[in-house]
Amino acid sequence: MMQQPNKLVPFFENLNFERDDNTMVVNFGPQHPSAHGQLRLMLELEGEKVVKAYPDIGYLHRGIEKMAENMTYNEFLPTTDRLDYIASTANNYAYAHAVEKLLGIEAPRRAQAIRTMLLELNRIISHLFFIATHALDVGAMSVFLYAFREREFAMDLMEDYCGARLTHSSVRIGGVPLDLPEGWLAQMMTFLDKMEHELEHTYEALLTENRIWKMRLEDVGVIDAEDALSWGCTGPILRGAGVQYDVRKEEPYELYGELDFDIPVSDRNDAYGRYMLHVEEMRQSARIIRQVMPIYRKSEPQLMAHAPQYLSAPKEEIMTQNYALMQHFVLVTQGMRPPKGEVYAPTESPKGELGFYIKSEGEPYAYRLKCRAPSFYHTGILQKVLVGTYLADVVTMISSSNIVFGEVDR
Amino acid sequence: MAQHQVNYASAAGLPVALTSVDKLINWGRSNSLWPMTYGLACCAIEMMATGASRYDFDRMGTIFRASPRQSDVMILAGTLSKKHAEFTRRLYDQMMEPKWVISMGSCANTGGMFNTYSIVQGVDRIVPVDIYLPGCAPRPETLQYALMMLQKKIRRESADMNKNTKSNLRML
Repeated sequence: MMQQPNKLVPFFENLNFERDDNTMVVNFGPQHPSAHGQLRLMLELEGEKVVKAYPDIGYLHRGIEKMAENMTYNEFLPTTDRLDYIASTANNYAYAHAVEKLLGIEAPRRAQAIRTMLLELNRIISHLFFIATHALDVGAMSVFLYAFREREFAMDLMEDYCGARLTHSSVRIGGVPLDLPEGWLAQMMTFLDKMEHELEHTYEALLTENRIWKMRLEDVGVIDAEDALSWGCTGPILRGAGVQYDVRKEEPYELYGELDFDIPVSDRNDAYGRYMLHVEEMRQSARIIRQVMPIYRKSEPQLMAHAPQYLSAPKEEIMTQNYALMQHFVLVTQGMRPPKGEVYAPTESPKGELGFYIKSEGEPYAYRLKCRAPSFYHTGILQKVLVGTYLADVVTMISSSNIVFGEVDR
Repeated sequence: MAQHQVNYASAAGLPVALTSVDKLINWGRSNSLWPMTYGLACCAIEMMATGASRYDFDRMGTIFRASPRQSDVMILAGTLSKKHAEFTRRLYDQMMEPKWVISMGSCANTGGMFNTYSIVQGVDRIVPVDIYLPGCAPRPETLQYALMMLQKKIRRESADMNKNTKSNLRML
């Protein structure tokens, strides 16, 4: 395995580069500050033009899907935090949603309202991170600092709710563990006002009409609708190619069916269009959160679904009723046993369609769990998009695709 | 820090500072620790947050460098897989002496929750680690504290790296 430093022919597993005197093979990563994690990209260059690009993944392969086969359903939930670690709640929710579909239960209305708010807050966190790193990669350092300032406020809100900044585990199978703390909604309102104000007056003012930003992004990383669909792209990349597809509208889950929001679409196909899309999606997320707040206030205080076969009863019942205590003991020591069957439940994570496929044999452990992560497909399309572009645009394309390696390699 | 006493009032020209070479060199080394951006997984996000506005690493003289040739400390932030381990060692070898390593997060310390076939169970199997930083993921304050601990450690060391036992081990 060890590479020979003095070997002249580049050594790549299962990969041959045609060598003639005009091309140069550049190894980009796996440790590169703009590779967004552990992406290793092998580029064959002709001058400064990319002739062949080959993304080599697997540097963050942690065997998460295999771990799921040896863990009870509740045990596995914190592991999903580490998939797309920029928006952890989106993964927690996608997993809980799939298991809930398998069990045939639905979270109570208050839990749905809290989940919807957390999911959209995570979308804002992820998109702020996208703008920050995208700008940093293209060379705008100040946007990175501004965006992280707002992101910290959003993370404070997450911390107030669940106690963690990054790895939230803020959703449980069948509901949410906690009610919102006192004053959280008011703080959220303040945050949304500030975020929208900064979005308009800081990020958009710094970037949207910026000449350098436009020159670096316009007509770079062009993905048209046909490519995006055939490579399995979802989320902002697909919508940036002019296809109006959002799982929140196509297969509404939680409260999305009854909320009023738009799915922004751009038919520019390039990185600039995708940037505009992210900005608009943050506005829509703020709009969604504002709509959910009155629904939350009107809801009953129940947080977990009532399904004694699968979920423990509330703490008061466990402490006062014998049967609830017995159920709780069995569920904690053995884990819940969902019915036999298989299920796939898609959700719209900030990056695209995130879905979990679970095959259950009626045991407390999943027989097979597959995570359909959007970033994996967005990494795949790099080998198509990067061909014919210049080396300097490679970084723009990588950051514009907004890939996260926890999710790609799993 | 150099424990010198200068009477600025009596001296007419430039003040005279008396200290040992060790302290002077360690003062310089410990106050301009340039880490290499070695983000591997989730902890990298917290490492970026530490470098960004609220936590502001720059005020500690810590500026992230993208090249091993220009950096003094390697902050290994995240899960190290066996596939990546080879590159970690190579990048560590490319760093100039003196060099230090901070292992950030449970995954880097011991493999953490990922006790699987593909993960290195602790980066100290690959590179010698100076500071272990617990948490999953550690808060930015934790990383700041780890850096302050590393500064303390550097100030205790001899400026001549050959005299430090760890550096002798490192040469083996």
